[in-house]
Amino acid sequence: MTVELHAREIQPLRNTFTHTAYYVGNDRPASRYQEATLDVQPSDNFHYRPTWDPEHEIYDKSRTKIKLADWNVLRDPRQYYYATWTIARARQQDAMESNYEFVQSRGLVAKMSDAVRNKACEVLMPLRHVAWGGNMNNSSICAYGYGAPFTAPAMFHAMDHLGAAQFITRLGLALDEPAVLDAGKNDWLNAACWQPLRRYVEDTLVLQDPFELFIAQNLALDGLLYPLIYDYFVDDHIALQGGTAVAMLTAFMPEWHAESARWIDAVVKMAAVESDDNRQLILAWLTTWADRAQAALSPVAELALGNNGLTALQEVRDALDMRCKKAGIVV
Amino acid sequence: MDTPVLKKKLGLKERYAAMTRGLHWDTTYQPMDKVFPYDKYEGIKIHDWDKWEDPFRLTMDAYWKYQGEKEKKLYAVIDAFAQNNGQLGVTDARYINALKVFLTGVTPLEYNAHRLFAHVGRQFTGTGARVACQMQSIDELRHYQTETHALSHYNKYFNGMHSPKHMNDRVWYLSVPKSYFEDACTSGPFEFLTAVSFSFEYLLTNLLFVPFMSGAAHNGDMSTVTFGFSAQSDESRHMTLGIECLKFMLEQDPDNVPIVQGWIDKWFWRGYRLLSIVAMMQDYMLPKRVMSWREGWEMYIEQNGESLFRDLARYGIRKPKGWVQACEGKNHISHQTYAVFYSYGAAAAFHTWVPEEEEMAWLSEKYPETFEKYYLPRWNYWREQAKNGNRFYQKTLPMLCQTCQIPMIFTEPGDATKIAYRESDYQGDKYHFCSDHCKEIFDNEPEKYVQAWLPVHQIYQGNCFKPGVDPTKEGFDPLLAVFDYYNFKVGRDNLDFEGSEDQKNFAAWRGDSVQGAKK
Ligand SMILES: [Fe+2]
Ligand SMILES: [Fe+2]
Repeated sequence: MTVELHAREIQPLRNTFTHTAYYVGNDRPASRYQEATLDVQPSDNFHYRPTWDPEHEIYDKSRTKIKLADWNVLRDPRQYYYATWTIARARQQDAMESNYEFVQSRGLVAKMSDAVRNKACEVLMPLRHVAWGGNMNNSSICAYGYGAPFTAPAMFHAMDHLGAAQFITRLGLALDEPAVLDAGKNDWLNAACWQPLRRYVEDTLVLQDPFELFIAQNLALDGLLYPLIYDYFVDDHIALQGGTAVAMLTAFMPEWHAESARWIDAVVKMAAVESDDNRQLILAWLTTWADRAQAALSPVAELALGNNGLTALQEVRDALDMRCKKAGIVV
Repeated sequence: MDTPVLKKKLGLKERYAAMTRGLHWDTTYQPMDKVFPYDKYEGIKIHDWDKWEDPFRLTMDAYWKYQGEKEKKLYAVIDAFAQNNGQLGVTDARYINALKVFLTGVTPLEYNAHRLFAHVGRQFTGTGARVACQMQSIDELRHYQTETHALSHYNKYFNGMHSPKHMNDRVWYLSVPKSYFEDACTSGPFEFLTAVSFSFEYLLTNLLFVPFMSGAAHNGDMSTVTFGFSAQSDESRHMTLGIECLKFMLEQDPDNVPIVQGWIDKWFWRGYRLLSIVAMMQDYMLPKRVMSWREGWEMYIEQNGESLFRDLARYGIRKPKGWVQACEGKNHISHQTYAVFYSYGAAAAFHTWVPEEEEMAWLSEKYPETFEKYYLPRWNYWREQAKNGNRFYQKTLPMLCQTCQIPMIFTEPGDATKIAYRESDYQGDKYHFCSDHCKEIFDNEPEKYVQAWLPVHQIYQGNCFKPGVDPTKEGFDPLLAVFDYYNFKVGRDNLDFEGSEDQKNFAAWRGDSVQGAKK
């Protein structure tokens, strides 16, 4: 009786906020993702121009050439808001801790040959810095992009990149002496085979258009790098030569890459579908940056996979082109 | 097979450095100044970013696990609160109005903090500073989202909370927090940290946190208490960032000291003015009082602040310029601010009311030198008027301070009977201020503050009507058109608490549930 009384008498006056209801209607409660994300960025009556960028408002659509009638169309299919993102990552972290325990209890690191261990370090340690570039670039996308549906996942992605850089660091410390990190950094700065990639990363650090940066970093570079390194090198190459430990201690990366690719593809798809101008812009950016990324990764692919490197990289490139095609961008 | 070797182990500090600063390299294909273009123009000289002390050492693995646990607990409480109609457990529906002020005034600032910490988290040349700022960026997104989710349930049952984003971008009194925060966001990265992390989070934060969160606890709002305390656990990291950044600037170069002192002067006063809204909430809007604004001020500012500035004296930093006046204001600002909202009660998206008899007695006791002398007579008069059906509503628009954007309501130092007015001329125009300190902030940076989107000016210029509205049409009511632009539901969101829909609904809902419980 009490329950019925409650149910009858205490009717909500409304189901959600007006800015949320604008997108999802008011006939039922909105989801937490929707309330946390849709149209929450301030958009009107800004008081002062940024002293650090007087050409623009604090949040300004004109920082990118992409034009969208409403930036709230760029939804994240994962529907991440802070809580679901951290809880998902905490779960992955738990899995990584069990991997560490497993590797330790079986002495898997010690069972690797020096050659395999050295190869793994040689290829993976400089990637700490690539991931750090990804962290900086996604912070930029968050800061200078428009609309929370686009920018909030970018900040999650920035922190994921930091997480990835830290997983690689921890791997280095598990496989070898701390000096292995310095050696990797030295290669990153000086070894010939890393220079095209470092140039690529540094060139993206000064890109001004947040959407172009999104394409150059998240689609073109990471879209080639992660499959090349974690599928072809770690899983198919290192693991088969007794380096299971390396695969287990980097398990986060391919899993995260596959998951976040859903978000990246959805953003590209929604932006491209809006207009032909957008599609052409994205296509031009993608072509430029994916070609450059492929060239920059060529010496890395050869370092990692020897004679098979370039073939593997081309396969990865073909797969990326297929991915883009599904998102509406035909290279 | 290789024999296992005993590997060199890194200490905690070195390990953290490897996980963060070790990732950085000085770029050579692109000049460093182009990669980090924004952290020099303010004039702050940094000679050695390696001297930056990490304010906390949290790697992403620990961050995810720790924060993930917190979120599970927090959302369990929010869910239970909604399922059990927890909103009926608060002391009195008047309390909800404090939440309306919070949701429309404070929550949008959390969002801005998220974006601007992403900006400085990208732009500082020092890696340690970047990582700390990035973590704060996602923490602030967390605050925005958890506050939104926790208060979403209240929005379903009470008026005035339906359009926080829309209102924060438009409504006259919400331009006070909006302009405050946008001022910080449009500053350079070092000033931004001085404003937000040091002046607000380190120095003033307790004045915001204690009234809202203890206020919630005292008034039976467990949902707000839970998100408040959950956010506060991030806040300790943010406060450490504020003080570390301040000391870092001061230690790097003596030329930084006067710049930083200027920022402390400015942001102490900006923050103090902003908090007058909290002062009013604390003294007038909580049905069950926690402590008075004055008591909070004495405890958190006069006592803690005194020792803080004694500590900073060795760097050549003194107390902020507005200190003495702000301390004098502790006896006045809550009364002056609430009186404005009471009289502009038709133009606010929350309810106001005349304090009840025992609440007046509480105010007399807490403010023995000022309440009865300056403020009680006006309440007695307004109460009489309301009783006779003449609830007082101000119909003219107030003049606003060009800097803090609060109406001209604050009195002269030393004379609580006289409203303070100051003015400055700039490029042939006159600008008005509430105080010497707001005037000085303007005079130091007039090119910035002339840009202010002053709500009252904007109304007069016809910029606060919905697109397509025709002010020349017969019977056009400008005030109603402005309320429409604000998305106010006239008669539901605004006016006195007495007779409001909130009041009636709450009584009906609670009456039913009390009866139900008796059966
Ligand atoms: Fe916050
Ligand atoms: Fe002012």
